[in-house]
Amino acid sequence: MNSPTPGESATREAAAALTGVETVDRSLAAAAHEPVSGITGAQSLVRSLEAVGVDVVFGIPGGAILPAYDPLFDSRVRHVLVRHEQGAGHAATGYAQATGRVGVCMATSGPGATNLVTPLADAHMDSVPVVAITGQVPSASIGTDAFQEADIRGITMPITKHNFLVTDAAEIPQRIAEAFHLASTGRPGPVLVDIPKDVLQATTDFSWPPRLDLPGYKPTTRPHGKQVREAAALIARARRPVLYVGGGVLKAGATEELAELAELTGAPVVTTLMARGAFPDSSPQHLGMPGMHGTVAAVTALQKSDVIVALGARFDDRVTGQLSSFAPDAQVVHADIDPAEIGKNRKADVPIVGDARETIVELVAALRAEHEAGRTPDLAAWWAQLDEWRQTYPLGYDWPEDGSLSPQYVIERLGAIAGPDAVYAAGVGQHQMWAAQFVKYEKPGTWLNSGGLGTMGYAVPAAMGAKYGRPDTTVWAIDGDGCFQMTNQELATCAIEGIPIKVAVINNGNLGMVRQWQTLFYEGRYSNTKLHAQNADGTPKPVRIPDFVALAEALGCVGLRCESRDDVDAVIEKAMSINDVPVVIDFVVGSDAQVWPMVAAGSSNDDIMAARDVRPVFGEGQV
Amino acid sequence: MTRHTLSVLVENKSGVLARVSALFSRRGFNIESLAVGPTENPDLSRMTIVVDAESQPLEQITKQLNKLIEIIKIVELDGGAAVQRELLLVKVRAPMADRTQVLQTAELFRAHVVDVNTDTVTLEATGTPDKLQALLAVLAPLGIKEMAQSGTVALGRGPRAMSGAGTLRPVERSA
Repeated sequence: MNSPTPGESATREAAAALTGVETVDRSLAAAAHEPVSGITGAQSLVRSLEAVGVDVVFGIPGGAILPAYDPLFDSRVRHVLVRHEQGAGHAATGYAQATGRVGVCMATSGPGATNLVTPLADAHMDSVPVVAITGQVPSASIGTDAFQEADIRGITMPITKHNFLVTDAAEIPQRIAEAFHLASTGRPGPVLVDIPKDVLQATTDFSWPPRLDLPGYKPTTRPHGKQVREAAALIARARRPVLYVGGGVLKAGATEELAELAELTGAPVVTTLMARGAFPDSSPQHLGMPGMHGTVAAVTALQKSDVIVALGARFDDRVTGQLSSFAPDAQVVHADIDPAEIGKNRKADVPIVGDARETIVELVAALRAEHEAGRTPDLAAWWAQLDEWRQTYPLGYDWPEDGSLSPQYVIERLGAIAGPDAVYAAGVGQHQMWAAQFVKYEKPGTWLNSGGLGTMGYAVPAAMGAKYGRPDTTVWAIDGDGCFQMTNQELATCAIEGIPIKVAVINNGNLGMVRQWQTLFYEGRYSNTKLHAQNADGTPKPVRIPDFVALAEALGCVGLRCESRDDVDAVIEKAMSINDVPVVIDFVVGSDAQVWPMVAAGSSNDDIMAARDVRPVFGEGQV
Repeated sequence: MTRHTLSVLVENKSGVLARVSALFSRRGFNIESLAVGPTENPDLSRMTIVVDAESQPLEQITKQLNKLIEIIKIVELDGGAAVQRELLLVKVRAPMADRTQVLQTAELFRAHVVDVNTDTVTLEATGTPDKLQALLAVLAPLGIKEMAQSGTVALGRGPRAMSGAGTLRPVERSA
């Protein structure tokens, strides 16, 4: 694959592009961006986007943002006209997650801006660098309940890293530069820049680079040496250590460093839902994903560990289960770039604030010193235990008794055929968990999903953004039929704009994860989870609403369908062979497949169920 | 209840107060009182925030506040090492028969009379929250018609300041 290495220091590149413009590359920047006077605010905005290195903006024009679309028409910045602003936001997120660069979306005031709220909240929860630019009603109309007015700065305050309302056209270059700097440095996140229409129309001057004025923003990237040495000492004495790897490792482009740390420690590695691909699934040191639907080995390793080394992870409730009984014997080394994450949920015995890559590099050096001093732990007993767990309780699934297609099999085959170089974007629900479990990830930036917010409808637009950013890479959206019906309109965008993504709709005719909970916790009372047409007695009608193949074709895609095991490989191969238009495969699967293992919400991780009615017995005193 | 007084230097920009108050509400932190005003530097404002917290949530409060881009510095000002004052305006029922008692009470608490009419007297008092509570307790039997009280403002004792040379130590940004 000749696509850029994803994740790999790319956020850093974006940051370097900015600071570089400010300091090192002054001559280059000046040549490319001569100061100009007597231009409009809109022209200044587009020049700023060019200067900061934006190659694509996903958006929809409208009244208040209209002035910006005129200079954008002539710009080398490409604009992808989406069908719904939510699609623009998730496309920007998918682009950012697949490339490591800042994703950009644009919308008009009022409803255009409020339609960005969900993707901004999503990017905020998953720390994705996104910049949103919104038009606002003219300054004089702000506060008058003008047509298409919404206080988008107020609305997005709690779901952005920061946001700006630009009140003077002269500020535009500075605010854009600050927005990209904030989005891409420290703990990345979304930043919104709201610009009133009269500010876009005003006459102003442009010069680049602007001075950044962020006196209160000083992220700590360099870890404290003493803390790192303490962590190394703890790890060197650990008998049951676990490296608990979160999305921060991908954000920091620290996967090579992680591999080195893993090799040096010999410790087991678990990768969270946000960190799939940060460590190769093929490595024997990898126990898989921890958490509510993690592997028995990963969940139990954390639970029984004596030292947890958390790297860019945040002890989310879906990982810890019941917090009070999580990993009761573990001492915790918690390294994160955001000090507020440290000690938020789980007390840290050794807190380290810093960039994951710098932290791991220093940790490796400190550990080598420990080893040279003769302190190398013997993990043989621990590994014997871990191997027993993973051999006894491997990931698996049963075929549906009614003879229908197994969704897990479909996803497993898809991962095997498309391979570890493809990018996989999932929606939210059962299919997302199966895609996290049964696709084998080897490389960073190949797994995109909505982890924190759990946004149904994420997959199709995120895959679109990823495919735009990495056109030479195969990009699969693995979606559920519920999710797919939320955002499939962006397939029209993909078809028209030449963004040939592939979509596997895991169509079980239900909101599957909710159905699973209804099966397990609500006595099989399926209140409002059936998406298919049904008779009065609740049995399915033999009609497809919608017919996803026909829908795909109506949206300018190739539509395929698969309903039996024998056709799975062939239909995937067929989709892999079509590279000029988007392809949708309607995989009609059984409606009662379930995601296992499972730790029920609020339960202790000690109570993990390997499968329905299968409770692992760990035996007292084994470790 | 554990009271902590945080002195917070912020950029003097629109929307900062909204960010701070929204943060407190979203994270379920309790504000006892909040006072915002200018500082010696026109680019900065000072927020004095009294919070009700046990020590663990206080750490989360200061860490989350520090994440707000427009917050420059946070210092915790504890009782002995800081001067803390509130301002109280109180309108007390004071017919001629009770008036002397009202005025004597005012004098005891070093309060000033700022408005007088035939039925009421309005007093202005400054002091620690405890002193103002005591004043109100004495005035209550006489009949408090209306009152307005400011949030706490506070400064550290001694020569050091929050900005400039010899600054006060900020609440740790790191863990």
